[in-house]
Amino acid sequence: MRPRSVDHLLELLADTPEVSVLAGGTDMMVEINLHGRRPGTVVPIGALEELRHWEHHTRLGTVTIGAAVPYADMETGELAELVPALAQAARTVGSPQIRATGTIGGNLGTCSPAGDILPVLGALDGVIHVRHRDHSRDVHLSDFMTGVKRNALRPGEFVHSVTVPVINGWQGYAKVGTRNAMVISTASACLVHDADRGHVALALGAVAPTIIRATQTEAWLSTRVDLRGSFRVSRETTEEFGRRAASETSPISDHRSTADYRRHAVSVLARRLLERSAA
Amino acid sequence: MTLTAGVETRFGALGANANRPDGVAKVQGGFAFSSDMWAENMLWGATLRSPHPHARLVSIDVTAAWSIPGVECIVTAEDIPGEPNYGLIMQDQPVFARVGDTVRYLGEPILAVAADHPETCRRALAAIRVTYEVLDPVIDAERCIDGTAPPIHPQGNVFRHQRILTGDQSVIGEIQVEGTYEIGMQDQAFLGLEAALAVPDSDGDGVELYVATQWLHEDRKQIAACLDMPSDKVRLVLGGVGGAFGAREDISLQVHTCLLALRTGRPVRIAYSREESFYGHVHRHPATIWMRHHADATGRILRIESRMVFDGGAYCSTSPAVLINAVTHAQGPYKCDNATIDGWALRTNNPPCGAMRGFGVVQACFAHESQMDKLAAATGMSPVEIRLRNAMETGDRLITGQIVDSVAPVTRCITETDRIPLPEPLRDDAHELAVPGGTGLTARASNIRRGVGWGVSIKNLMYSEGFDDYSTARCRIADGAVHVKFATAEVGQGFVMLAQQIARTVLGVDDVFLDPIDTQVGSAGSTSASRQTWMSGGAVDAACRAVRDELLDRVANDRGLVRGELQIEGTNIVDSLTGTTIPVTEVVGKYDIDHTVEYRHPATEDLDEDGHGNCHVAFAFVAHRAVVDVDPDLGLVKVVQIATAQDVGRVLNPLSVQGQVEGGIAQGLGLAVMEEIIVTDGKVKNPSFTDYLLPTFLDAPTVDMVLIEEHEPKSPLGAKGVGEPPCISVTPAIANAIRNAVGRELPRVPVRPYDICL
Repeated sequence: MRPRSVDHLLELLADTPEVSVLAGGTDMMVEINLHGRRPGTVVPIGALEELRHWEHHTRLGTVTIGAAVPYADMETGELAELVPALAQAARTVGSPQIRATGTIGGNLGTCSPAGDILPVLGALDGVIHVRHRDHSRDVHLSDFMTGVKRNALRPGEFVHSVTVPVINGWQGYAKVGTRNAMVISTASACLVHDADRGHVALALGAVAPTIIRATQTEAWLSTRVDLRGSFRVSRETTEEFGRRAASETSPISDHRSTADYRRHAVSVLARRLLERSAA
Repeated sequence: MTLTAGVETRFGALGANANRPDGVAKVQGGFAFSSDMWAENMLWGATLRSPHPHARLVSIDVTAAWSIPGVECIVTAEDIPGEPNYGLIMQDQPVFARVGDTVRYLGEPILAVAADHPETCRRALAAIRVTYEVLDPVIDAERCIDGTAPPIHPQGNVFRHQRILTGDQSVIGEIQVEGTYEIGMQDQAFLGLEAALAVPDSDGDGVELYVATQWLHEDRKQIAACLDMPSDKVRLVLGGVGGAFGAREDISLQVHTCLLALRTGRPVRIAYSREESFYGHVHRHPATIWMRHHADATGRILRIESRMVFDGGAYCSTSPAVLINAVTHAQGPYKCDNATIDGWALRTNNPPCGAMRGFGVVQACFAHESQMDKLAAATGMSPVEIRLRNAMETGDRLITGQIVDSVAPVTRCITETDRIPLPEPLRDDAHELAVPGGTGLTARASNIRRGVGWGVSIKNLMYSEGFDDYSTARCRIADGAVHVKFATAEVGQGFVMLAQQIARTVLGVDDVFLDPIDTQVGSAGSTSASRQTWMSGGAVDAACRAVRDELLDRVANDRGLVRGELQIEGTNIVDSLTGTTIPVTEVVGKYDIDHTVEYRHPATEDLDEDGHGNCHVAFAFVAHRAVVDVDPDLGLVKVVQIATAQDVGRVLNPLSVQGQVEGGIAQGLGLAVMEEIIVTDGKVKNPSFTDYLLPTFLDAPTVDMVLIEEHEPKSPLGAKGVGEPPCISVTPAIANAIRNAVGRELPRVPVRPYDICL
């Protein structure tokens, strides 16, 4: 069923909440073709112009990205300059074909702990704009992700867009996989230094049922280092930062890697990202 | 790449980069692969498979499936008219598991259905109720050696045990190095999935099968036996093949498709998905190899000891042949007078294993090349010095007693590789994608350590141990044109192009027409074992020469010329007596000439109880030097450069050789750092390209190659097979380079990130 507008989409969803929203399809088509999923009614949102745009609100210092914006649009250009960590994360997603098709809304809809761009939304305290015919609500990523591939969407709701702040300070993303491209995350991390507020945020992917923030590690760093403006850290501090971040994870062992390696990888990524942010 | 001069370079002839007859269609997407086949009134087939690695099959209830509209046929073991089992060496694998018998691996076929649509097939399979009594799987090959595992098949749990006892078993070296090495289960991962289309004869007593395979006639033999049909009632036509690498040596869906077509009287097509493909074909044997080298103080190898355990999985496939390749190549391309080798290929409830590019030598080479670096360290020599010190030469005696009468330029392979310049050091401002971790941006250049490693290998060419793997070709001049026919499976390697090159060169024509590749001509043997350029190339060459000889006879006769003075040079018949030339195109329209020739290699013999015998036909050699960048903290690897010098005999098509070398290196790289089928308790954990990782463009190294052309006198065209050697020693070369970078033993491939950093 092809919606004519966002309002029409909201009507469809409110009337028949069991429909499946298709936002790119790079996950859903795999489930249909390989895993026997048989969705009843599918509603594609890719043709809705309103959802294919992103907007820079200079006065608010934020960027709002429509649910149907594909990864390819985040990789380069002005959006990449405003939110560089998002560009780095988007570049790690699949192949060029996948990045041309997969979207931010789809990544949130699937809500995998290995979702590549989700740690960026986590570190930036991204706000997810959830819409229903009868109401709207804003949800932080930490509340949106409720478990492995489970999210807080209720019947009739869909992800309309996401707002992240434009931050003054270094930000970066890193992802470990056993291949140099086109690989599912073994562990990932996004670090955002807010030089104005004097805070470093660290979000971690694929090491817990959801994306997690290393809040205790962030707090510890704030007590050790004055993070306003540019800052310097000792080797000892970056290493301790990495160790603490690893201790906040609860990874699993599976055919892709081991819990020990994932924890270790987080300690290395957190250390290196902090080094880069201080450089 | 350097090539020796002097090869004929007439466009499209031997030595030139001829155009592939299938090239444009493949690049443009117009080539019909076997998965693209379609026929009027066609049904779709699908296979139900065991979800257990080991279970008794108690009952099958298909009632619910029959009630689904569109279901046309269901076949089980009871519907097989002929032999219930098949297999390349031992006929031990059921076409379908039988009620009352056991299933022996996860994915074993239970039955097949035919229906009007793939979705109907899916529903039918879901509706079928199969009852199993689940049994403990035998997953530890060692327990099959010591006999503590119960036999899981009437033919026992040992496919083959072969020892080699050579020379003085009591020799003890002043220097000894040893290790136990493990090789993971690799998949051939061809891109063109298994697919076949069976079309029954209108009278129902025969069938035509279009299928992607490596050996049409062997398939036909096994299919005809299972269908209880004379082989002339089973006609095979090669479907478009998208890669093989050994995975199409065994039959998979062939009998299923034919059974469904014969039962329904309609064309039936089966096409596997990627996941089903992982269950539908054999894989490279995982192996555990212990090796000890004895050497004198100068590094000369005195004796090798080895124990090799190959897990063959549930059914035999080619396990015995893989094993003898491993034990007979245990010495590597090095002189060695004394050997004590013990090899086992065993049956377990793991996925069946069989042929894959390198065929047993890959596993042996990983062990002996790991050992050579340990020997270098123990003697204080460099990896190059230790290998040169022991390099084999033509005329050396192998541990099997066989004399290496092939050209054996091992020393040249090593020195030419050594001469290839090393890449520039990793710069501090290196592109972010050029460091290990790639797009993941995990490292900066300052985090990286570089390593260099070596691997050298010997590989047998053609089938061994008395096997008569002859090849047949037919050449005709008819209707003014040259036609060549053969049953050689074109799996992507480019034999169709080579056959045209041979015919152009021998007959002096530019246009060569290829007849369909099918069973309407004699066997060509398998497209395996680096053998088709030599064997089918030899057959096409011989058939073309027979036609040329008759052509010249008749031209001489009809024109009153002296036959002995006539030969074909370029595109002309030249009379050396008078100097007159006659364009070949001028005479081909005047004659009908037709010759079919079988080409055979020299006979080989079985190994005896102590592993002695002239079991191999010929050998090829290659050296690889790997340069890798390693992130020691995260255990991530980027292979920067592979330098290689390969013994190819003679380059018949430079671009084609380059393709084999680069492709083989990518496949060997995969085994070194990422490609592995992960099996836990008999269950495959990663049957998809999401989790079975193949190297991407970003993982592929720069390849700098030298092709060593010393014409092989035994080979009809002077050329050696080039398909397998590139993928063999590159794997230990990369492992040795990683070891060099991080200083760990790393006794296992694929090397996993946590092997490096935890």
